[in-house]
Formats: sequence, structure tokens, C-alpha cells
Amino acid sequence: MSETLILTPRWGTKDSHTLASYRRDGGYAALAKALAMAPSAIVDEVKASNLRGRGGAGFACGLKWTFLPKDVRPRYLTVNADESEPGTFKDRYIIEYDPHMLLEGIAIACYANDIHTAYIYIRGEFKRQAEILEVAIAEEYQAGILGPRLLGKLDFALDVHVHRGAGAYICGEESALLESLEGKKGYPRLKPPFPAVIGLYGKPTIINNVETIANVPWIVQHGGAAFAALGVGKSGGTRLFCVSGHVNRPGVYEKPVHYNLKRLIMEDCGGVLGGRQVKAVIPGGSSAPVLTGDEIDVSMEFDALKAVGTMAGSGGVIVMDDSTCMVRALSRISKFYADESCGQCTPCREGTPWMEGLLERIEHGLGVPGDVDKLAQMANNIGGQTICALGDAAAMPVQSFVKKFRAEFERHVTERRCPFGDHAWGKNQETREAVIGGVTAQV
Amino acid sequence: MPNREPGSPGAVKDLPAEGVQRFDAELFPILRRYPEDRKASAMLPALRIGEHVFGYLSPPVMALAADRLGVSPARAQEVATFYVMFNTKPVGRHVVEICTNVSCCLTGADRIFRALKQKLGVENGGTTADGLITLREVECLGSCGTAPAMLVDEEMIEQLTLQKVEKILGSLG
Ligand SMILES: Cc1cc2nc3c(=O)[nH]c(=O)nc-3n(C[C@H](O)[C@H](O)[C@H](O)COP(=O)(O)O)c2cc1C
Ligand code: FES
Repeated sequence: MSETLILTPRWGTKDSHTLASYRRDGGYAALAKALAMAPSAIVDEVKASNLRGRGGAGFACGLKWTFLPKDVRPRYLTVNADESEPGTFKDRYIIEYDPHMLLEGIAIACYANDIHTAYIYIRGEFKRQAEILEVAIAEEYQAGILGPRLLGKLDFALDVHVHRGAGAYICGEESALLESLEGKKGYPRLKPPFPAVIGLYGKPTIINNVETIANVPWIVQHGGAAFAALGVGKSGGTRLFCVSGHVNRPGVYEKPVHYNLKRLIMEDCGGVLGGRQVKAVIPGGSSAPVLTGDEIDVSMEFDALKAVGTMAGSGGVIVMDDSTCMVRALSRISKFYADESCGQCTPCREGTPWMEGLLERIEHGLGVPGDVDKLAQMANNIGGQTICALGDAAAMPVQSFVKKFRAEFERHVTERRCPFGDHAWGKNQETREAVIGGVTAQV
Repeated sequence: MPNREPGSPGAVKDLPAEGVQRFDAELFPILRRYPEDRKASAMLPALRIGEHVFGYLSPPVMALAADRLGVSPARAQEVATFYVMFNTKPVGRHVVEICTNVSCCLTGADRIFRALKQKLGVENGGTTADGLITLREVECLGSCGTAPAMLVDEEMIEQLTLQKVEKILGSLG
């Protein structure tokens, strides 16, 4: 059976980022079809597709769209291109290889929800990708697709703008993103009210991830049922899985949402370098609880991964081989959350540097008996105690690493050193060729 | 949020007029992206332009951005210090930012970063004695598949090896 590819079929083809090439390959047929439909019928198709948010939380996209209050205008769409969850690197390639697919998805989403202004919030570090988007948007204005008359036809104005961030993981969190877009520091807002009700400038706002929106043209063209049929249960479609770390062929793989994690690593990515064993896998970005090498024979669908105590998150799969030190890895992850805590809530602001410090101590052989328990206790005191989910994101890795690799943590304390010595990050640390949507990465 | 009229006296007195002109010329088209009464939305672009034009975000540059957006200088400063890509202190002629998050370290970033610190004789965040290079450790750059990754003056460079990095740094003038 040949695999259905929704997001990646044009990646690596000549000039795939241009409007001319997108049109040649059938681009904008979906928008034309959508414009002949009632907006509510489009929302119904998206609901029927079982498209779930690809940004991290896996929330049903069509359902989110129905939360917009009926009678408040203007409404806004903000597309989340912050892509800062460690281990995640897919939205950038949608933008690099097929920006018009994203823009067509935006146009359809805006038409379906009576939205006339969309912002793409892109992380500051993606300078080149932001430029690609600016060029693509300019092409569309010139072609009369965007602007006062959508697709040159309908009496429906649509403006799309790029807004570049400036380096802050927290701004990927949807309400911090809105604050940042309003020109403030990225402090998450208390919810409820949710952005769909009170969002950008106090107006109803839909926030979706780049990949989520990029699926919309295909759904309109082939129907929600066809998209749902590619997946399983309450999750439809394919997904971009980002695999990094100690595999032979890291990269971005488009697979059905419920693809098997072990198969992805062992077959698609060619297993681990040097034939070593898989020791640990973080399946959904660094916030996701870790799995041991014995636990990876699972479906990566949202509910399936939840059932085994972790999460599908952003689709970032980080693979560590059996020569990797789990304390070293966790201590770096904890440093990330300490660096990126916005400082608004006390448990997170104070707790994350404490965990980082304690982990550094253990890693360097300076831990004392009781430290490992203390660490787990700290994590328990952060999770669920904060305005946004960054607190949980910081706690979950600690809780899971300690639970699953406890002996290794204890060994650092009793031996008063890191048993992995100089190669705590593994014995095979060199860079390797990557496969991005079926194409060898050109860097 | 205090709403101020742009052009308040004193906002630009410590900056070269030519720079202020360039700043305004770059900023004003961007303001059209946001609703008329929401100019403050352009704070990140304004600070970015300010840094490009004037080198770094000194208090007068932040005050200029605040003035043009109709907010207080304190607000500009609060934003400038929150986001890691903004420099409120002078930096070297080139800024090298290497990711040391997990996927990059699994492919050698830790070793590369340590070697670089030694070679350049700086600690994390430091600038070489000749003012040429500021070296900084940063978080995941979204290039984990093509790790290790770094930014040199905001340009992404991927699949790093120590030799590759040394060659690139050697070419910086
Ligand atoms: C700390 C934190 C960081 C996040 N970072 C991102 C991100 O970089 N990109 C993204 O799309 N969603 C991110 N999210 C999830 C967003 O809050 C939001 O759920 C998502 O953008 C909604 O889009 P979706 O439903 O299409 O996934 C983050 C959430 C949290 C709590
Ligand atoms: S971990 Fe370095 S780019 Fe993601």
C-alpha cells in the first residue's frame, strides 16, 4: 500500500516554495472549492477530519474553531510558528519547502471563521524562514490572492502578516504568544477566558500550529472523512515526526498519526548508530515523559501515548543510545526549563533552578543521600501549580527520568562521580546525514 | 498602559539624527501591520530595528522605540530584557550562538562549545579581547535533525563539526 503524504510530497522539488510551482501542482484548488462552500460546512469537514492540534496539546481543531463567540468582531487567527520545544523541527520545513500550502490553509481557516486578519508568529531565530514567508505573502498580494478580494474573487478581505519573536520559549504558549504579539513580555494569561473568547487585543482569536493549519487544504479537497480514515479513533491524518539524537538517519518523517514508535526508529531511521541499543526515547518534545528502550513498541497516537504515561506533544522524538548518561540528559533538560521560565509563578520560577542545581550536583558526583528523593519531591511541587503548562513541562521529565532510571541517579550519588565519565552524551556524538520529508538535508 | 504622543522632547536627543531617520524609515511601514490604536504591537520589530541601526539597545534606543510606539521607556526596557535575542549591552562584531540542548549535545555540541570557549579564551556570553566575537550558549534552535546547530549573526548553520566551526570563525573579519 502506498503511503498517503499530505504535507511533504512537494518537499525537495524544484522551487517548491514559489507560488508558480504551488499553482502548477494544483495549489489553490482547495481554496477555490472552499469559497464555493458555506463557511460552516468547512468547519464541519474539519471537525469530521479528527484533525488534532500539532503544536503540543492535541486539541481537536474543528472543535476549537466552534468556540468563537457568534457575534463578536473582529476575530483574529494567529498561527503558531514558534517551534521552540526541544526536539521539534518540522514547522520550519513546511515554511521552507511549501509556504503557500500554509498560506492556503490560513486563507481557508479565515474564510471558514469569518476572520480578516491573520498573524504568523514565528520564532526570532527563524530569520530565513520569516523572510521566505514575507516573500510568499508578497507574491500572493501581487497575484490578488490576499488583499481586498480573496483569491481575486470573493468580496472578502484578508491580510496576513508575519510577526517575528525574539527568543523566548514561553512565547510558544498561546496566551504568552498573544502578549508578545501585543508588544509585551511573554507572560502567560490566566485561563479561562480562553483565547477563542478573549484573545488578541481582547478579541476572539484562534491559535493553531503551522502543521495543523497546513493540513486544512487537503481536508477541504479530499473531505474530512478521508483524513480521518488515515488515522485511528479520534485522531485523523498523518503527522510530521521529528527524529533526532543517536539514530542513523535523523529527520522529519511524515507517517500516519498512529505510526509505531519502534518501527520509526528501527526501520525508517535505520536504528541506532554503531548498532547500539536504544536506552531512552523522549517521544513528543523534551516536555514529554521519557520511555525506556523496552517501552517503545507503541503507537504514537495522542491517546495511545497518554495511555503509557507520556505524550505525543509536538512530535519531537529524541533517541538516546545505551552509552548516554540519563543524569546528564535530564540535567540539560532542567537547565532549559530554568532558563525559559518566564518568572511569573513562584513554584516554576524558584523550583526550576533548584532542580537544575540539584541535578548538576548529582551529575558531578556531589550529590548526597536523599538528593534523588528531594528532586522528585521538587518536581511534584511544581506540576499543576502554575498558570501555564511550562511548570508541568519542567516537572514531567524529572519525574519520569527519576522513576525509570533511578538506579543510575543513585549510582552517581554513591560513586560520587558520573559513571559515564567523558562521554556522558554517548560514545557516538558526531553529526549525521538527515532525511527531511524523504529528501537528504542540504545544509 | 500610558498612551503617549510620539515625538516627546528628549526622546531622541542622545542619538545621531541620521540613525533616527533610518530607524523611522524602517519602522513606519511595519506599523501598518497592526491596528491603528495598537502600535505597541510593533515593540519587537522596533527593538530589532533599533539594535540593527544603533548596534545595541542602549537606554536612548529603547526610549526611541517607546516614543514611536506611544509607551513608556520602562515598557521598552522590560521587553528588551525579557527576550534573549536582544542585546542591552554592547556585543562583539559577530555573535556566535551555539545550541547545547539535548539533540545537539547527543551529536557533539558540548565538545564543540568547550573547545570554542578555550580557543577564543572566553566564558559563555563573553567577547574576545579584540571585540570580534561574542560567544553564547543558546537553547534549541529547531535544527535538531541536522544537529549540532548554531547561529552566526542570526544565520543558521547546521551539521556542525569542530573543524567546520573553526573554519567559519576563522573567516569572520
Ligand atoms: C511552554 C509551552 C510552549 C509551547 N510552545 C509551542 C510552540 O512552540 N509551537 C506550538 O505550535 N505550540 C506550542 N505550545 C502549545 C500552544 O500553547 C497551543 O496549544 C498551540 O499552539 C495550539 O495549536 P494547535 O491546537 O494547532 O496545536 C506550547 C505550550 C506551552 C505550554
Ligand atoms: S537541540 Fe539543538 S537545535 Fe534542537
